[in-house]
Amino acid sequence: MSSLLVENPGLLTTVQDLGRPGYGALGVSPSGAADAVALRLGNLLIGNEPGAAALEMTLVGGRYRFTEGAVIALAGADFGAKLDGQPIERWVPHAVRPGGALELGLTRTGARCYLCIAGGIQVEHFLGSASTHLLSGLGGFAGRGLREGNVLQFGAVEERIRRRRISPQVLETLKPRKSLRVTQGPQADWFSEATTRAFFESVFRVSEDSDRLGLRLEGASLAPESTREMISEGVSLGAVQVTPSGQPIILFVEQQTAGGYPKIANVIGADLHGIGQLRPRDEITFVRVSLEEARALWIAQEQLLNSGEGLFA
Amino acid sequence: MRFRAASDQAVLVYLGEEIGLASHERACKLLRLLQEEPLAWVRNLQPAYCSLLVSFDPFQVEHREVEATLRHYEQRAGKMALPEPRTVEIPVCYGGEFGPDLDELAAAHKLSASRVIELHTSRLYRAYFLGFAPGFAYLGDLAPEIATPRLATPRKKVAAGSVGIAGAQTAVYPFATPGGWRLIGRTPLEMFRKDREPLGMIAVGDEVRFRAITREEFSAWPSR
Repeated sequence: MSSLLVENPGLLTTVQDLGRPGYGALGVSPSGAADAVALRLGNLLIGNEPGAAALEMTLVGGRYRFTEGAVIALAGADFGAKLDGQPIERWVPHAVRPGGALELGLTRTGARCYLCIAGGIQVEHFLGSASTHLLSGLGGFAGRGLREGNVLQFGAVEERIRRRRISPQVLETLKPRKSLRVTQGPQADWFSEATTRAFFESVFRVSEDSDRLGLRLEGASLAPESTREMISEGVSLGAVQVTPSGQPIILFVEQQTAGGYPKIANVIGADLHGIGQLRPRDEITFVRVSLEEARALWIAQEQLLNSGEGLFA
Repeated sequence: MRFRAASDQAVLVYLGEEIGLASHERACKLLRLLQEEPLAWVRNLQPAYCSLLVSFDPFQVEHREVEATLRHYEQRAGKMALPEPRTVEIPVCYGGEFGPDLDELAAAHKLSASRVIELHTSRLYRAYFLGFAPGFAYLGDLAPEIATPRLATPRKKVAAGSVGIAGAQTAVYPFATPGGWRLIGRTPLEMFRKDREPLGMIAVGDEVRFRAITREEFSAWPSR
């Protein structure tokens, strides 16, 4: 085991893996990496299982010291990372000397950067996952964001690093989208034709009041036409629900598992990771696709992510 | 029985169109059969008042097959008998700092605080489903005399164990979270613990009763 000292935790840095699906009946949402694609690619670069636990940094990186050294990879957004003062690239493995320090600043591109470490971050699992669930304070490292002075353990250091990088074509194909593809939500017919048009034709801004539970959007008001009372029901990841005031909210990885607002649409599986890279004030649009198209896009994306050596250049 | 695609990887199954024991029982039976005879492609099951959200692996199945299989399961589930529900008793210290909304709620209904407590403790509630946060059980139905809408502005932080009212529902907040339910008391019980089996104090389908305790009993509660 080797250790990592948090010298500065940035804005919000949590331990995440691919989450804990399957506990909806207990009221537990899956949690997990907001950009699961970045997490998987980062882990694959350094010989980890794709779902190994890593650090998810939000908007601001922080500073981390590797007491015994490490092999690491950065994936996701560009936080201007420097290793021992030298700028380093994302999407490639790096060797860190014993006592080496990784420093990351403000984001330059998306919202989240993943620090993947060979051997994976070791924390006690809760319901089969290392993911932090912030709302309930469960999972991850003490159920919360990291603080200065925390020491985390990770698996043994790889003996050598493999010289490889994620191919630019793969990154281009998997690039987070600002035009989110959606399928019809279960209450799509509660909205008038004009409102539905407004949903697909307007630009929405991600509100400051957005987090891992959900992204609030500012823009056209989408109040449903129907005055029927909605009976609370299970909500799926990426659901676009509309509050009585007409504000759309995209439910995200730490979402409520059930809710009583009508849902106009649902972001498709293949675009969910892009939600994790949206920043406050980003502008997004929605594009409608059929269930068949959505499924084909998901299968193509999973096949690419599971293509092994095909991912690397 | 009615289906709606919830997403490209999830189907909503409606087993009724209203909040009530009959449709909830159908949802519970289907949930139970799916738990007893699991299907390889099911990723998650989320029951609610009269529906079940079924998330699936799109690599293995598509919506039409999911619906056909669930239709078949539901037919069989209908013939199942559910076990007698467990009864869970939740001790609650009402009012004061633990129930900051009790007096206002009582006044709004032209009732005394003690009458509100009496009405709240006199019923056996059904745990319809868990949501919002781990272990947060939606309990119903409240006596109509004390049904009250949510607060206009939710609190940024509600203490763990707080007992609230929203519409015809009541619930206990398992964790310190934001919340918009009107708070009438607090339980000393830990509603959800990761080192206990079962993790949650209340499960879907349970019957729940509240019992008033004094401030002294609250402070002396063994788990504290």
